[in-house]
Amino acid sequence: MLQVSLYRYNPETDDAPYMQDFSVDTGGRDLMVLDVLELIKAEHDGSVTYRRSCREGVCGSDGLNINGKNGLACISPLSESVKNNKVVIRPLPGLPVIRDLVVDMSLFYAQYEKVQPYLQNATPAPAIERMQSPEERAQLDGLYECILCACCSTSCPSFWWNPDRFIGPAGLLQAYRFLADSRDTATDDRLAKLDDPFSVFRCHGIQNCVNVCPKGLNPTKAIGHIRGMLLNRAT
Amino acid sequence: MVTSVTSFSRTGLSDWLIQRVTSVILLAYFIFVAFQLGGSVDYTSWRELFDQTWVKVFTLLAALSLAAHSWIGLWSVFTDYLTERMLGAAGNVLRLVCQLCASLALVVYVIWVVVIVWS
Repeated sequence: MLQVSLYRYNPETDDAPYMQDFSVDTGGRDLMVLDVLELIKAEHDGSVTYRRSCREGVCGSDGLNINGKNGLACISPLSESVKNNKVVIRPLPGLPVIRDLVVDMSLFYAQYEKVQPYLQNATPAPAIERMQSPEERAQLDGLYECILCACCSTSCPSFWWNPDRFIGPAGLLQAYRFLADSRDTATDDRLAKLDDPFSVFRCHGIQNCVNVCPKGLNPTKAIGHIRGMLLNRAT
Repeated sequence: MVTSVTSFSRTGLSDWLIQRVTSVILLAYFIFVAFQLGGSVDYTSWRELFDQTWVKVFTLLAALSLAAHSWIGLWSVFTDYLTERMLGAAGNVLRLVCQLCASLALVVYVIWVVVIVWS
């Protein structure tokens, strides 16, 4: 029997959050953590609340803190998550808890919105499409794959302390995704909005974001590129 | 509310660049001092060393670098932990008090270095 410790909190009935233990029969299978949550909800306690959707690491809904490390429950196998036959599941750290494992992502999305995550081009649109060379397109690899699961930003202490001012690794990865896009012409405006002591420069390069990204992306590297672009722009 | 008003240069890029340049100056100065201490040191040789103008200038540069470097670092720490978000309204008061104390200490240290080295 797998021992599962779940973070529980219902603001309508509970004064404070608490951990609830469950013994789950996995049948010896190497299930994903999401499967274990489904088993608990189906067989133990139907009130356990969490987000999920695609169950294959594409939608980014089920970002959770699993045994102390952020990750997507649907693609985190027990064989990589369980320690001493026990798994502790908490909501993503640093964001307000709505209920159980569901967090309020408003601050995360507000930071994402700040970087204007859409193509901006002042020139008239061509008849068919804006062309890119294969090399220009390759610049976007490692950037466009982000699914906004928030695992990176909620593992970043700078985002915990200043979630209203530091854009965070996810937002900055997307900021660089458009700074690096050959079709985007708003580079100077984008950089001007990032040159304050908080938006970019609260990153101290500890690479928690790189450590937890379920898609294997490298926000710290993207932030380094943004710093370089800011430096080039100023000199 | 945490703002950039008390940051060293008001812009993230300048603060970041200043912190890196000052760290190089400090590293060079500490290597210089360590190298001097590695040989035989007595009052006369130490006095002769610091009687040279370039050493005085280097020392003053290191002191100013230390002050700028420390302020940028401490400002980051204060605006991370001593905030309204972390401590309620008291966070703002505590942060400003700490910033005041830190800035006063750094100014005193710089003046002290000037007095010691240039007097």
